[in-house]
Amino acid sequence: MTAVMERPDTLEHKNRLTPEERRSVGVGVALIVMGMAVFFFFGLGVEAGEQATFNLSLQTDRFQDLSWVVDARSFSIAVGLIIVGLGVWRVTRKALDWTNIALALGFALFSMAFLAWAAAGSQFSMVGMLRSTVILAVVVVIGALTGLMCERVGVINIGIEGQLLASAFAGVVLSSAFGSWAGLAGALIVGGLLGWLLAWLTIRFRVDQIIAGVVINFLALGLTSLMSARILADVQSLNAPQRIPAWRIPFLADIPVIGSMFFDHTFFVYGMFILVVVTHLGLFYTRWGLRSRSVGEHPKAADTAGINVYWVRYRNVILGGMIAGFGGAFLGLAQVARFEEDMTGGIGFIGLAAMIFGKWLPFGALGAGLVFGFARSVQQKVAILNIGIPSEFLLMTPYIVTIIVVAGVVGRTRPPAADGQPYIKQ
Amino acid sequence: MNDQPPEQQSEDPKTDDTQSSDNGTNETLRRVTGVDERWWRGLVVPALSLLLALIVGAVIIMVTDVDAWRLMGEDPAAAIGEMLGAVWTSYRELFLGAFGSVRAISETLFTATPLILAGLAVAIGFQTGLFNIGARGQMFMGGLAAVWVGLHVDLPAIVHIPVAILAAIVAGGIWGGITGLLKARTGAHEVITTIMLNFVAAFFVLWALKTPTFQAEGSNLPQSAPLPESVQLPPLLGAQYRVNIGLFIAIGAVFLIYWLMYRSTLGFEFRATGFSPSASTYAGMSVSFLLTAVMFISGGLAGIAGSVMTLGLPPYSVTSNFAGTIGFDAIALALLGRSHPFGVAWAGLLFGALIAGGRSMQAAAGVSVDLVIVMQALIIIFIAAPELVRAIFRLEKADAEPTQLTKGWGG
Repeated sequence: MTAVMERPDTLEHKNRLTPEERRSVGVGVALIVMGMAVFFFFGLGVEAGEQATFNLSLQTDRFQDLSWVVDARSFSIAVGLIIVGLGVWRVTRKALDWTNIALALGFALFSMAFLAWAAAGSQFSMVGMLRSTVILAVVVVIGALTGLMCERVGVINIGIEGQLLASAFAGVVLSSAFGSWAGLAGALIVGGLLGWLLAWLTIRFRVDQIIAGVVINFLALGLTSLMSARILADVQSLNAPQRIPAWRIPFLADIPVIGSMFFDHTFFVYGMFILVVVTHLGLFYTRWGLRSRSVGEHPKAADTAGINVYWVRYRNVILGGMIAGFGGAFLGLAQVARFEEDMTGGIGFIGLAAMIFGKWLPFGALGAGLVFGFARSVQQKVAILNIGIPSEFLLMTPYIVTIIVVAGVVGRTRPPAADGQPYIKQ
Repeated sequence: MNDQPPEQQSEDPKTDDTQSSDNGTNETLRRVTGVDERWWRGLVVPALSLLLALIVGAVIIMVTDVDAWRLMGEDPAAAIGEMLGAVWTSYRELFLGAFGSVRAISETLFTATPLILAGLAVAIGFQTGLFNIGARGQMFMGGLAAVWVGLHVDLPAIVHIPVAILAAIVAGGIWGGITGLLKARTGAHEVITTIMLNFVAAFFVLWALKTPTFQAEGSNLPQSAPLPESVQLPPLLGAQYRVNIGLFIAIGAVFLIYWLMYRSTLGFEFRATGFSPSASTYAGMSVSFLLTAVMFISGGLAGIAGSVMTLGLPPYSVTSNFAGTIGFDAIALALLGRSHPFGVAWAGLLFGALIAGGRSMQAAAGVSVDLVIVMQALIIIFIAAPELVRAIFRLEKADAEPTQLTKGWGG
């Protein structure tokens, strides 16, 4: 047990494998087991000749009645063999650093076989599932970007959940009273304020960052539930925001599958993609990004170079809070379009996990968010198919996936060096 | 209590000594040994924090008074009067609901029982440098295990209850131990894994209570069959009051954990790990073992809290939300009690009073019990940022820095 606590060089000495190679072998073995499971359960578990129909068009699409029919049994058998092949490839060619790609491919194929098995003899809206993958990813990705924005300057933000919840509440109330734009503005402001609170507590008073985040979650949950019970229950017109409509992008939205997935959404979804790109460019190609990263990696050096560490931290944590505000507005004004007590239900924490999964990179956050969105979307659609797995176990899946991810299936990640450390100016 | 005025105490040569050149060493010694001759200082900030939380709570009650705001346009004086009246009614009900009668005191003690146990679970985590937000999930697993023993093992009461609680310790301990093991072996941060395990445990309980193993025959509700009398925790003041023998279990746990943390080698190693994992490794302690062990004990304590909520809650037919918000309240009270077992016990009684009073406040004054969550959050802020409290009350500056209780992601 102590082995993991030792430095990598001593490990290497023991069995002549680098950690990457060990992981490659581990993942390879896991893939082989997974492939065999697909082969026996999904492949041989279906009666021969049963067809699974994947619908590839929605009723609102321009091109109707597209579908993809597969023979569930032979499809799953083939997929199982491919996954076993991937595993063997990882075990034998461990020098290549393609473990994560193999793992992602393996999970994608596993999901396909699972769906073919679940949908055998009936129909399944593939495009509906892919579309809701994107929608369900939005809050996770935005939560991850919030966390990233804070952690890149060395402040851990556990309060994302509370920032999302409070800004959703503000968005719903202001939108009901003064219209959608006021709701969006209110959500951004409340998110920013909670970002400021986190920065103020952790920088001015050096409150332990995780405790400050937990406090934000408590405050947001307590205040919104209290106001919901005392005000919204009484004045119901304050909990009736107009749902923000989708902006269908001409031509692009007509492309089969891709169109419904990406080009027929509210501006929040486009906003999420833009935010990912902007954050990436900002962090790695601008002076702002260089300064932010230097504060997160080595605040003392940054200070010596004349950067105001406290100011950079305040600025980014408030910005992060506003990003969370955008996510809260999406929840309150588009996805659910009303306020419910504790409507975030842990998604802020999943966002935090997505940030770690994505290795503190904006595009990593996007990828991780899409994986969680996919897990949740599959769970929702499969629940409708009624295949005999209790719905509670399907509901557990995203959370278990998060644990597996954080526990290092993706390999050890490296947070910014000064993450979680209060900075004390000398 | 043996309170001495602050001025006198600070002139004490001993205290001056700690402020002199080797302050750092003494501070280290104090944190590792847990001995602090200036213990009374620990009471000033919590008391003022509670006061501030009550003040802010009053403001919130006033601001969210919809009826009074409707009146504001016509008759501001009457509106403000109504608001103040609402505050008065709420806080009176809060107090009476906590201490006003035998029933109220029974409710306070009954509510405090699982809080103290779960608070201890969080506190020993803090002392070892771990932030266990997973008391909720550990309570679920422990409570469910106790119910299983209650329904499927046939024993006389004198052994049935201990066996059920033992099952709760093991189940909660394993649920907590998973987190410790993951942290030790992979560096997975306990905050995320415990929160995720909370969700998994909640869904698991929801599912389990719908299976024939737990459900009453012919029932469709997610609710267990009634527990046999041999496993019900005996009430202390007769069947009409809810306070039960669980209170003694909680008090016993307080002393046991005090002994464990301050009088045993294992406890010393736990606290040393919390203080500096690298120094502990250098001193030859196995940090991975300690992390797993402390999470097992922590989960076990939360498991007892869960069993108290299943075996001790009339009508002894368990529903799917028996853990309530106790797992989260426990964090606040571990902070309030400064992670010391005795501090946790007092904080547990205080929160028991707040929550029991809050329930009666909700029933009588229509102010939802969520106000108590807000107050807890405020208490944590003020305790964690003592400078803030000192600034508000213009107290002298403290010599100790705010402590960093948790570590970053690195693991």
